[in-house]
Amino acid sequence: MKRKILSPPVLLLLPAMIIIVAVILLPLLLSLYTSFTPFKLTRPDTFYRFIGLRNYERLFTDVYFWAAFGRTFVVLTIALNVEMMLGLGLALLVNRAIAGQRTLRTIMMFPMMFSPILVGFQFKFLFNDNIGLVNNALQSLGIAQAIPWLVDEYLALFAILTAEIWSSTSIFAILILAGLMAIPRDPIEAAKVDGCTVWQTFRHITLPYLMPFMFIAMTIRSLDIARAYDIVQIMTAGGPARRTELLWTLISRTGYVDANMGLANAMAYISIFLSIFFTWYFFRKLMAARRYMGGAQ
Amino acid sequence: MMVSHASRKILLKWGRWVGTFVAMSLICIPGLWIVLSSFRPNVEILSKPAVWIPENINLDHYRAIFSSDPGQGAVPVWNYFQNSMIIASTSTLIAIIIGMAGGYAFARYRFRGKNTLFLGFMLSRTVPGIALSLPLFIVYAKLGIIDTEFGMILIYVALNLPFTIWLIDGFFRQVPEELGQAAQIDGCTPWQAFWHVEFPLAKSGVASAAIFAFLTSWNEFALASQLTRSTGSKTLPVGLLDFTSEFTINWGGMCALAVIMIVPALLLTFVVQKHLVAGLTFGGVKG
Repeated sequence: MKRKILSPPVLLLLPAMIIIVAVILLPLLLSLYTSFTPFKLTRPDTFYRFIGLRNYERLFTDVYFWAAFGRTFVVLTIALNVEMMLGLGLALLVNRAIAGQRTLRTIMMFPMMFSPILVGFQFKFLFNDNIGLVNNALQSLGIAQAIPWLVDEYLALFAILTAEIWSSTSIFAILILAGLMAIPRDPIEAAKVDGCTVWQTFRHITLPYLMPFMFIAMTIRSLDIARAYDIVQIMTAGGPARRTELLWTLISRTGYVDANMGLANAMAYISIFLSIFFTWYFFRKLMAARRYMGGAQ
Repeated sequence: MMVSHASRKILLKWGRWVGTFVAMSLICIPGLWIVLSSFRPNVEILSKPAVWIPENINLDHYRAIFSSDPGQGAVPVWNYFQNSMIIASTSTLIAIIIGMAGGYAFARYRFRGKNTLFLGFMLSRTVPGIALSLPLFIVYAKLGIIDTEFGMILIYVALNLPFTIWLIDGFFRQVPEELGQAAQIDGCTPWQAFWHVEFPLAKSGVASAAIFAFLTSWNEFALASQLTRSTGSKTLPVGLLDFTSEFTINWGGMCALAVIMIVPALLLTFVVQKHLVAGLTFGGVKG
């Protein structure tokens, strides 16, 4: 005799739910609890001392924390915008290429396979002030001075942004290209007949069609914005003297180097909300663009 | 100045060619420079002024990192490679099996709280690796699975599930529901209908989800760098840092290890590149 306790979808989703709850949700609850304690890895007894919101209070007045937070927000905003623009440009270029489109698309996928840690290493190598490709090339062109790319605050952030943009532009380009290829020809032909300029056609027909694809790219991308941690960790490790510190490098320094788990968990929670904010924002946009598409069809 | 229509067109065409060429160069040169440097002796990498045309090409860096003498810059590459392979492929396999069940449920059934659950899965993926590593470090240390392959497999399965479910959901949506129903009317069990009718049609999608999961695990660093310590469980991305722990950086050796890391990823991605794009876009636009 068969007894049906669970409906099929619940049964099918159960393993996934169990794993996510066990490996992500429960640890996050532990993390939340820890953020209310002065837990230090070196002193296990501190795990049971409850200090309320004191960690958070401390963070709100911590200059280093706010500097890192602001820097993270700015870096992400710049990176995502530039990636989207360059991705759009690249997709438009490749879409117009008559020959070798397949090859171009394959080349475009190249950075996607690079682990962020590899991207970081690669640009650390290229931007090395002594033996890096960039400085060597500049010197061969006659600029004698070696530029301290990874030492100066703004140059280092520029180098990090370059690495970040190099690694993630292709996901935008590839998804937008997929959108371009899926655009029906008729509306564009009709616009041409009606006397629209190239810009008008792009602005009012091509772009709205591409919007959902752009937001998918944004959503996928914002799922792992924190991979910038890998890049920064290997390029500068937040240094020199905290000048390129992002939220995530600060968390790892506080948690593992200073062994101050309680405080690090409080920071981690703030970083989680930052990530969720970015993802949620683009997910909403994606839904809106999708509804718009659905209404237009 | 007026430019005639025809010459403007030619100019535009040339502009596009140059633009495409520059963009592709910017994409390719950094990677190619690493590959080239991995074959060059240190004298050439470090020389001032720079040597642009390679004079010596050899396998010394590869020989050095695979050698058994730590003085020459040897690192346990083979161990790292094995760990990476075992962790990435096992976690991919498990994530695909569980993700297929989940993705199929999302594609075929309507149930209460479906959208909330989906959003919950996706949000679990947004948690930054380094933030997640803090509590996992505490839990794993208590359970004694820190610095083990099992611990890494477990976390990578959880990390890959949301995206796997999303992709597989998108692919099963494209398989008409009626096919499975028809097969069941013809006398198949639900399992047979799934396995012999629906699965073969979504196979390419499942494959691309698998590649995606594999690459994520293969490339992950934030969690691995905190939860692994010894050669028994360290993965290649963590191993890359072995070269920087000393005061000087062994650039050539690092380049060689980088090449070893990128080759499997490269091969896998080329195999499924077409399905990869289809999976990402269909899953998102028509969800």
